[in-house]
Amino acid sequence: MIAFLIKRLFHALLVMFVISVIAFAIQDNLGDPIQQMVGQSVPESEREALREELGLNDPFAVQYLRFAANAAQFDFGYSYIFNEPTTQVIMRHLPATLELVAATTFLIIALSVPIGVYSAIKPRAWLSRFFMGVSIVGISIPVFLTAIVLIQLFAIGVTWTPFPTDTGWGSWLNDLVSTEGGMPAYGRGDPIPVLGTWETNFASLEGLTYLVLPAISLASIMLPLFIRLIRAEMLEVLQSDYVKFARAKGISPRRIYFLHALKNTMLPVITVGGVQIGTLVAYTILTETVFQWPGMGLMFLDAIERSDIPLIVTYLMIVGLIFVITNTLVDLIYGLINPTVKLTGKPA
Amino acid sequence: MTIKKTLLASVIGTAMTSAAFAPAALAENTLRMAYDADPVSLDIHEQLSGGILQLSHMTFDPLVRWNKDLEIEPRLATSWEQVDDTTLRMSLREGVEFHSGNAFTAQDVVWTIERLKRSPDFKAIFEPIESVTAVDEHTVEINTHQSYPLLLNLATYIFPMDSEFYSGEDSDGDAKDEIVKNGNSYASRNVSGTGPFEVTERQQGVRVAFERNDAYWDEESPGNVDKIVLKPIGENATRVAALLSGDVDFIAPVPPNDLERVRNDDNTQLVTMSGTRIILFHMNQERVEAFQDPRVRKAFAYAINQEGIADRLMKGFATPAAQMSPEGYAGHNSELAPRYDVEKAKELMAEAGYEDGFSISMMAPNNRYVNDAKIAQAVAAMLARINVEVDLKTLPKAQYWGEYDDRVADMMMIGWHADTEDTANFHEYLTACPDADSGAGQYNAGNYCNPEVDKLVSEANLELDQAKRAEMLQQMEQTLYDEAAFIPLHWQDLAWASASNVDIEPVVNVMNFPYLGDLVMDGDE
Repeated sequence: MIAFLIKRLFHALLVMFVISVIAFAIQDNLGDPIQQMVGQSVPESEREALREELGLNDPFAVQYLRFAANAAQFDFGYSYIFNEPTTQVIMRHLPATLELVAATTFLIIALSVPIGVYSAIKPRAWLSRFFMGVSIVGISIPVFLTAIVLIQLFAIGVTWTPFPTDTGWGSWLNDLVSTEGGMPAYGRGDPIPVLGTWETNFASLEGLTYLVLPAISLASIMLPLFIRLIRAEMLEVLQSDYVKFARAKGISPRRIYFLHALKNTMLPVITVGGVQIGTLVAYTILTETVFQWPGMGLMFLDAIERSDIPLIVTYLMIVGLIFVITNTLVDLIYGLINPTVKLTGKPA
Repeated sequence: MTIKKTLLASVIGTAMTSAAFAPAALAENTLRMAYDADPVSLDIHEQLSGGILQLSHMTFDPLVRWNKDLEIEPRLATSWEQVDDTTLRMSLREGVEFHSGNAFTAQDVVWTIERLKRSPDFKAIFEPIESVTAVDEHTVEINTHQSYPLLLNLATYIFPMDSEFYSGEDSDGDAKDEIVKNGNSYASRNVSGTGPFEVTERQQGVRVAFERNDAYWDEESPGNVDKIVLKPIGENATRVAALLSGDVDFIAPVPPNDLERVRNDDNTQLVTMSGTRIILFHMNQERVEAFQDPRVRKAFAYAINQEGIADRLMKGFATPAAQMSPEGYAGHNSELAPRYDVEKAKELMAEAGYEDGFSISMMAPNNRYVNDAKIAQAVAAMLARINVEVDLKTLPKAQYWGEYDDRVADMMMIGWHADTEDTANFHEYLTACPDADSGAGQYNAGNYCNPEVDKLVSEANLELDQAKRAEMLQQMEQTLYDEAAFIPLHWQDLAWASASNVDIEPVVNVMNFPYLGDLVMDGDE
């Protein structure tokens, strides 16, 4: 176990090293940060002075070694646009992203497990077919489109009157197809501070309303995947010998489905899930942009737009770290659920 | 039917109020606004940009400012007189206090101008000023190296800072008046001006909160906004949605695709105005020999349909241009009009010996100006009609400017707004003979060079008689037009939108610095 963790620690360092080299190597193609810092009419001599001051004229190796030496002491440099240490900038944006990912994960788990199990148990029921159909649509629509449609429907509201409004049934139907809006369209509102720079949206009902639309749109890409995965695994497990045997033994269907079958279904789901949570952090870039959710994704896009190289490099390294951590956690949990799997890969 | 409508309206109404930040704050007039970006710093001398100037007009007051008709209006300077050719004496307003409580005096003006002359971004435009002296408590004298007709234009950039507040050292031992581009200076975090609003909270990239300055000197201002919460919303669609859903009361800019939507909504209003930022293409004479022939350049000018672009591509959200100076500028020559005529263009090409055309490369940004990439495509298609084959490449702005500085394509797009709100500025940066030492023609990617025009403009810059000066600058525009020094396209329009209870029309202006201190909103809704 300890050996496994140490090995993973080295993985993480290696990943971060490689990412930092790549990010550094492409920085010349990310644009000129000076251009973003000064006004358009500033003469070239002033720009050159600033470039020299920031050390941007040094050769690649010199710049990288300077960065690496500082990074080894946990100093990742100053962000050009925020004028503070990049780690501090990221720590301030991290809670927003983590909360969004947490809310999304909750939505995914709460919906995919019952729906997946249901459509596996009753594959021919019309409700199952409906879920499968919707999930195809959900997986095919890009997340920003989902987000914009959600904003139009639930934040701005749509009044649609295809039916005669002067009859009782007509206006009832019209109300049914129209939406009122009123949900917050962007941002986090006024989150409540809990610990240091951590501000939470989970502590008040108003805060939660800000989470609803972004979480639904972010979930819309992952949810169909998980429903289908759980359904497929469950279908397979239900065909296996031990389930047949349990049925023959007369165990109640509920016990078979939720105790025996579901547990074995979850193994691949956890593997995929762990990796997907990492991906989710990446997908937040789109969702956060549309909803102006002040998290890391929005910050990263801003950094790219303004060529904030130190911030870009730090962000990429931290995302790499998050991937390594989630993968490690997945492996640990996997070991807990399925004791036959050995972490260090040695023969049992 | 009516019952249902009222019901719906009341439901939406309640939803809007409950979505507001804090119900208690509604007793006061709180303006929730969204720009595409928040100010990069609180130090108004750190960057010369629209965002910083918008902030300056909220937390500071300039000596003088432009009114809606581009006339100068007194603010902290109450009157001024030209003592001699190089000296301007300004009387300052008495009884004005900074946010810190310090009194505003002539010393603050001297201090501010000296700081501006140190700022990397501002020092170039403040170069003409030689020295400033405080004559007495409320009088300053500004001396220029030579006679300088644009001193009042420059004074719109002088926002007196609280010299006492910004003097000394902060807790880290750094000078408080230091101007740091990439770092955490005292002035970038703390602010004390004379302006209508004080900054109460700032989280960069998330929100800036302002509160009205109780001791604001301008008691005649109709402004009644008590608090402002400014949030950056970079995504166009989201910014519009936030306004339509009632999450914010005021947005800018409004993307052209959503103009109709905002205009047609009962709860919002839209204000648009012809802007001053010229969008143009340079034709690089150094890279392409054909461009050295004025007939070829003119053929290009005749081939481009400015009105078509403004009409169809920009959906009317642009004013077609035939020169650099927009209306209201001294050098605006009202006789110059777009000259779209493909037949004439073909004739000129044939005359110059290029009836079979040639091929060129073209480059434009794709996220800097409204519809920039589409405009470039349209221009490329128009040039195809005179047999010019265009190899077009569009780039995000972060990468584009580096390429622009290296002049890597034969035709390159640029948009320019004159910091001095004056014609000469256009010429100095865009069409003057390039000279690396003096910085002239810094953005002249066409390498167009006409020493006579240069001479005319430098003479105009010494001419204190405004009428005579205007004539000289109009002559300059005429020459550039006749020689087709570049291809002007249009002036990008400006648009702002607000909830219907916020009366933005009187406070917005062509410089795009809304005077929010004078904003009136009806808080009862």
